[in-house]
Amino acid sequence: MKKLIDYTKILRSKNAGPLFITFDLIFNTKEDMQYVEQRLKKTDISQAYGVEQEKIDIICYGVVNSIKITFPRKNISGSLADNDIYGCQQHIPLANIVL
Amino acid sequence: MKIVALNGLLGYGYSEEALDIAFSEKVDYLGVDAGSTDPGPYYLGSGKSFTDRGAVKRDLALALPRALEHKAPFIIGTAGGAGSCEHVAWLKGILLEIAFEQNLSFKLGTVLSDVEAEYLLEKFKSGKLLPMCDEMPADEKAIKESTRIVSQIGIAPIIKLLEEKVDVILCGRACDTAIYAAPCIYEGYKEGLAFHMAKIMECGAMCSEPVAAADVMQGYMYDDYFELCPANPIRKCTVDRVAAHTLYEQSNPYMIYEPDGVCDLTNSKFEQVDARTVRVTGSVFKEAEEKTLKLEGVKCAGYRTICPATIYDPETIRNMDLIINTVTEFVKENTKNTLPENSYTIHFKLSGGAESSLGIIMDIVGKTQEIADTVCALARSRMLHCDYVGRKSTAGNLAFPFSPSDIHVGPVYEFSVFHLAKVDSLLETAKISTEVIGK
Repeated sequence: MKKLIDYTKILRSKNAGPLFITFDLIFNTKEDMQYVEQRLKKTDISQAYGVEQEKIDIICYGVVNSIKITFPRKNISGSLADNDIYGCQQHIPLANIVL
Repeated sequence: MKIVALNGLLGYGYSEEALDIAFSEKVDYLGVDAGSTDPGPYYLGSGKSFTDRGAVKRDLALALPRALEHKAPFIIGTAGGAGSCEHVAWLKGILLEIAFEQNLSFKLGTVLSDVEAEYLLEKFKSGKLLPMCDEMPADEKAIKESTRIVSQIGIAPIIKLLEEKVDVILCGRACDTAIYAAPCIYEGYKEGLAFHMAKIMECGAMCSEPVAAADVMQGYMYDDYFELCPANPIRKCTVDRVAAHTLYEQSNPYMIYEPDGVCDLTNSKFEQVDARTVRVTGSVFKEAEEKTLKLEGVKCAGYRTICPATIYDPETIRNMDLIINTVTEFVKENTKNTLPENSYTIHFKLSGGAESSLGIIMDIVGKTQEIADTVCALARSRMLHCDYVGRKSTAGNLAFPFSPSDIHVGPVYEFSVFHLAKVDSLLETAKISTEVIGK
């Protein structure tokens, strides 16, 4: 059983402003990108992060074999309950999604 | 036209040799981004910079005389990290110090972009304040509580100052792209190419290999394309790196949203022209019918005291939920007659877990520092000695790395405003001034 991270060359998370978290998945090949694009479901992301499906944006950026995922942060950057101000360590639940 | 980006963030450093290479041919404009919201709301709230004064001075002291010598206007965006008038004053102080030490004189243009709460309330009441997501709705109370609000200016105020032939432009909160797009558009180049090049250049040499925010990038603007080449010969721009850059830190890699409109990269083409240079064509700009400015505001959320500790005993770690519950209830019970209701919050920030050790930070934010201290002391002592079934390590549950164990963090800020405002003019929040420095 391969996880999402096994298909990627780069898998990172970062703030897109303090309200949103964005994930960049960059692949070695177009085939890997397409494989993931077809199998990765919003329901899995929704479950992994506790975010409503309709708030999740997935955009395929074929120019560099990549997929971008963006949704609102549950805790706004720097709010009292936030644990990751820059948002750069939020990728693990995504990485562990089994495809 | 040649435009140079000093680096991705003023104060992060760059190679002096690379700067010399960049200035070994005619430079028309020099730019640097000096701010970001990434480090969180504290810096806008406190008026402090997240970059170090010494490092910022070093970066400016080498660049300023070269820019003046080349008569290349030097554009600095989001002064002092967060771009409020206090941050601008901080950076201006450094500029004046350098001018004095190096006997430099120049015409300085300044753009302040602070706005008053009244301005936002007016926008809110007239339906011109647009929230960016449900998690932060536009809210009258939040606006009124805000202690400092800035607007992200676009290219308009910078172009205004370029028309006045200033040598240095010091901006308050500004869109990162405005720094590099403004001079290109002022010189008559295409907006689509200008914004796309600006989006890549604002991160310095991030779009090169080896990657570095802390180095010099060179942009060359032509009528129908632009080219990027890092100044430092150890780096090169590649098609992949340059194309991938619009993924970074933004929600849509095909669209760059600006106060003036949107830069559409759907048909952008990237081409390797030599070993270190990439050419970009096809990026187009679509003007927005309604212009918007992004507003960022913060409020003081209280005063913080924290206590960090480690738990090594796996039995204690297994009982953590119970312990946290006990501590929370204990603090509530013990302060109910001495502290006002809702005068503090406790967050137990945990890392690690069952297999090795559990790191814990007791994070208390009180309405006053005194309240935070009191609650932290209660929580810490109660957790240290909290009992559970089968407990063998009865001397204490926590390993404290420090004495004193409790640390004052001081005032805490939270973002209170992060919205778009519809504006009649993209200059309406900008306070522009010019003055002559030196001689």
